[in-house]
Amino acid sequence: MLLEIKNLHARVETKEILKGLDLTVKAGEVHAIMGPNGAGKSTLSHVIAGREGYAVTDGEVLFNGKNLLELEPEARACEGIFLGFQYPVEIPGVSNITLLKAALNARRKYRGEKEIEPGDFLAWVRDRAKLVKIDPKMLSRGVNEGFSGGEKKRNEILQMLILQPTLMILDETDSGLDIDALRIVADGINTMRAPERATILVTHYQRLLDYVQPDFVHVLAGGRIVKSGGPELAKELEDKGYGWLEAA
Amino acid sequence: MAANPQDITELVRSRNVYSAGFITDIESDKVPPGLSEDVIRLISAKKEEPQWLLDFRLKAYRRWLKMTEPKWAHVEFAPIDYQSISYYSQPKSMKDGPKSLADVDPKLLETYSKLGIPLREQEMLAGVQNVAVDVVFDSVSVATTFKSKLREAGVIFCPLSEAVASHPELVQKYLGSVVPFGDNFYAALNSAVFTEGSFVFIPKGVRCPMELSTYFRINERNTGQFERTLIICEEGASVSYLEGCTAPQRDENQLHAAVVELVALDDAVIKYSTVQNWYPGDEEGRGGIYNFVTKRGDCRGPRSKISWTQVETGSAITWKYPSCILRGDDSVGEFYSVALTNHRQQADTGTKMIHVGKNTKSTIISKGIAAGHGQQSYRGLVRVLESATGARNYTQCDSLLIGSHCGAHTFPYTEVRNPSARLEHEATTSKIAEDQLYYCRARGIGEEEAVGMIVNGFCKDVFKELPMEFAVEAQKLLAVSLEGAVG
Repeated sequence: MLLEIKNLHARVETKEILKGLDLTVKAGEVHAIMGPNGAGKSTLSHVIAGREGYAVTDGEVLFNGKNLLELEPEARACEGIFLGFQYPVEIPGVSNITLLKAALNARRKYRGEKEIEPGDFLAWVRDRAKLVKIDPKMLSRGVNEGFSGGEKKRNEILQMLILQPTLMILDETDSGLDIDALRIVADGINTMRAPERATILVTHYQRLLDYVQPDFVHVLAGGRIVKSGGPELAKELEDKGYGWLEAA
Repeated sequence: MAANPQDITELVRSRNVYSAGFITDIESDKVPPGLSEDVIRLISAKKEEPQWLLDFRLKAYRRWLKMTEPKWAHVEFAPIDYQSISYYSQPKSMKDGPKSLADVDPKLLETYSKLGIPLREQEMLAGVQNVAVDVVFDSVSVATTFKSKLREAGVIFCPLSEAVASHPELVQKYLGSVVPFGDNFYAALNSAVFTEGSFVFIPKGVRCPMELSTYFRINERNTGQFERTLIICEEGASVSYLEGCTAPQRDENQLHAAVVELVALDDAVIKYSTVQNWYPGDEEGRGGIYNFVTKRGDCRGPRSKISWTQVETGSAITWKYPSCILRGDDSVGEFYSVALTNHRQQADTGTKMIHVGKNTKSTIISKGIAAGHGQQSYRGLVRVLESATGARNYTQCDSLLIGSHCGAHTFPYTEVRNPSARLEHEATTSKIAEDQLYYCRARGIGEEEAVGMIVNGFCKDVFKELPMEFAVEAQKLLAVSLEGAVG
């Protein structure tokens, strides 16, 4: 079992957002989490990644059997969790390449491995950048500095391709993308599909799921998973909206 | 090393100028605390100075007595007792005067090697670093390297006291010509009691073949350090000079009041970089250096250029405004600064750009970082005189706050007397955003490393002005200085 979430309750400031959420993700699976605005989708992403200010009041989150909630955000990342941000952050003056190298070496250090050789690193980054059609010149620019919305999202996928996580959580990575960019992002995600990895796609739309076939679709509403099914559930949601589920 | 071969104690005794009390103390190689005309005469005698220099000192001292400490800076400290400071200190093993590096006390060499200074010429000849180093240990210059290679190029790079003996006409012509002896309280004090420093002279048309570098270090307890640096670039000459400073940990506060004078004649270029890492005091604000420094460059000739780059991470209190007087037409002044205050450090720093000549240009990029309970002020003056038709200035001051107990302040002053002048000013204050930190951590990067990375990104515009190896050093220094700033 890669990820096990049991009866998760979490609050942001004084507001309880997650109210007894259960989710189990096995290696090799792709899960889509859909749901109306304010249902707690992003909160779930941040609770798994370990953002400060998101207080877990009950329940547990196990990753490879380890209690994830005890770990600092950086340790969770080094354990193999990757969160693709809905709103990637700009860090002026810090080049993409600097961030990538620091991130990759942090992970290697965590595992007791040596730092990557600069030559190997550059070759690896250039190779991966091609997959998401990012010009190597962009890599020496500041992290997301002056990037368009689409470039920021592709940059998230690039980071994921380079860091090779085992659990990828993509928080509305598809929102605001035109169809070409959506394809590139989907290709990046599919490249990472492997028996030892799993993906959680947090999305509003069926659109992305046309390109990345999920094994399971869950509806998150009112802080809990209210319905789970196969890919056909996403199509149903596209037709009917969420109203019929929330009413239930 | 001109003053060393002779036994100074004997010298002074034979002249019989001073009281017995002094003579006893001279044997300890440190002048007893206190300042008077006698002390100044003693320092001058120890250094075997000519009469004109003694006169310069005494004039400055008499002026200083009538002056008061400036009170306008945004810093707070207990009054300094100038009579409790010793104004001259010489490491004991220097008494007989080392003739070469081999004679230098290994402990001194060890100190410098800890600081990463490539002191031994053979290391440098091996191509480790193409940098000539003049090292100042307390008041006496220990070793000057690469002098001969520089001499071939016609460059003079030596301790100021040596230059007084070997090139008195140059020193007399330029000393005090940029920072007059009565310029301000601390400059007057320095003019009265300065003991060491570097002298650089680049003759007409010569590009100095290597970076010049001086490391200053305050070691002796209860001593002030009053070094004085004088750099002259003749017509068409250029030089890049780096000053690095460190001081060991002491519980008391120590005073450092230096003066740096730069003179650039027609088409000359002087680049002066500082990496300052004096002891900043502990987390509670005990100890640390008071760094009250006057640095000024005079773009005396047309098309000359003076560029100051400073990275200030140390000192308990910093009071420092490296300035440019843009006298020559089309001359250029630049000021790039990173100042970091952590714990209880206070810094009031900035620059003055005085536009005198036509079409003079100045650029000011200041990056202030405050963490812990640090207080950080940028204070800058851009003055455009009537004569400065077509003058331009661009000023950018950015402040970065880490945590919620620190402060950043900006005091820009402008005085424009010529309507054709164009001035631009941009200022920002930001906090290290929680989302930036989280973003880095979500990629596996630890909090301290992430802060270091974000701060380095913030300072990039200044670091790129530093010579390569020093830019790396500056980044490391910043990381060390920020330790414990988060969490």
